[in-house]
Amino acid sequence: MALEALQRDGYLTTQLDAVINWARKNSLWPMPMGISCCAIEMMATASPRFDISRFGSEVMRFTPRQCDVMIVAGTVTYKMAKVVRKIYDQMPDPKWVISMGACASSGGMFRSYSVVQGIDQFIPVDVFVAGCPPRPEALLASLMELQKKIEKDRSIGELLHGEQLYIPETAGLAGDPKIA
Amino acid sequence: MTHEEILKRLNTAFPQSVVGHEEFRGDLSVVIRREDLPRVALFLKEDADFSFDLIVDVLGIDRYGSADRFEVVYIVYSLKNKQYLRFRVTLAEEHPAVATVTNVWPGANWYEREAYDMFGIRFEGHPDLRRMYMPEEFEYYPLRKDFPLMGIPDSLPLPRR
Repeated sequence: MALEALQRDGYLTTQLDAVINWARKNSLWPMPMGISCCAIEMMATASPRFDISRFGSEVMRFTPRQCDVMIVAGTVTYKMAKVVRKIYDQMPDPKWVISMGACASSGGMFRSYSVVQGIDQFIPVDVFVAGCPPRPEALLASLMELQKKIEKDRSIGELLHGEQLYIPETAGLAGDPKIA
Repeated sequence: MTHEEILKRLNTAFPQSVVGHEEFRGDLSVVIRREDLPRVALFLKEDADFSFDLIVDVLGIDRYGSADRFEVVYIVYSLKNKQYLRFRVTLAEEHPAVATVTNVWPGANWYEREAYDMFGIRFEGHPDLRRMYMPEEFEYYPLRKDFPLMGIPDSLPLPRR
């Protein structure tokens, strides 16, 4: 029906949320936060064999300003946590995080004083991927999970319904010496 | 040079300084008195027969429970003789400090920083004795035997979520 209307009259009616979420979920540009061996699998995911561009995520940008999803691929030490958080803060909203592999998700085999035992202690994570390292298929599966999650989002609906627009992570960040 | 020749030459040059030695699987390890380390190190490098001109590594050891708790081990190599030598000094628990060898081998700079970072051994006269791996504000020395494996809670701050 909608497509017929599009053909005949040149317009279609739909939900704003549906259009926005459709656009967002199919152009998830990753921030490749490759900090150890998981990064190799992440690179393999971008290779033609696994082809992450099937999901619109081939545009790995090495600047946080152009990214939607940060793939934390590797062991995060306490020293590195500040850097990861800083890059996450520089990404524009809306933004998501994939915690790739055992190390990023739980510290992995590095049960040690220097390694953060799970990056969800300092950034909100949307999808955790198991594996050490996960196969490229697993990373692609996590991307599809994230797409499902975004599909269900109320992207701009809250604003139109007069509710307050949720902007994560803005409160109290500016001027925080620990993050700056 | 054979091990006997090395020991003999060292003992002749510094009769008081060599306080012990041992051999293990063909490697010679010499224990040097802590106060004499700068002189002996300079001799090992500058002496034409020895010519131990390459510093391979400097490491710390924590012998927890012993009065001389800390040890610093130096591994040097002679490009001329194609030979390794290991020598070490023992340090007391209450004041683990030893003179730097960076004025003899500049390459020891980062090795000594690492030993300082991990064991809290102070290298007196070191040009840049900062932490190597741990954050500057960290107050503990992680490779000491009395440091818990999972660290001291809240000693390493995380960004707020």
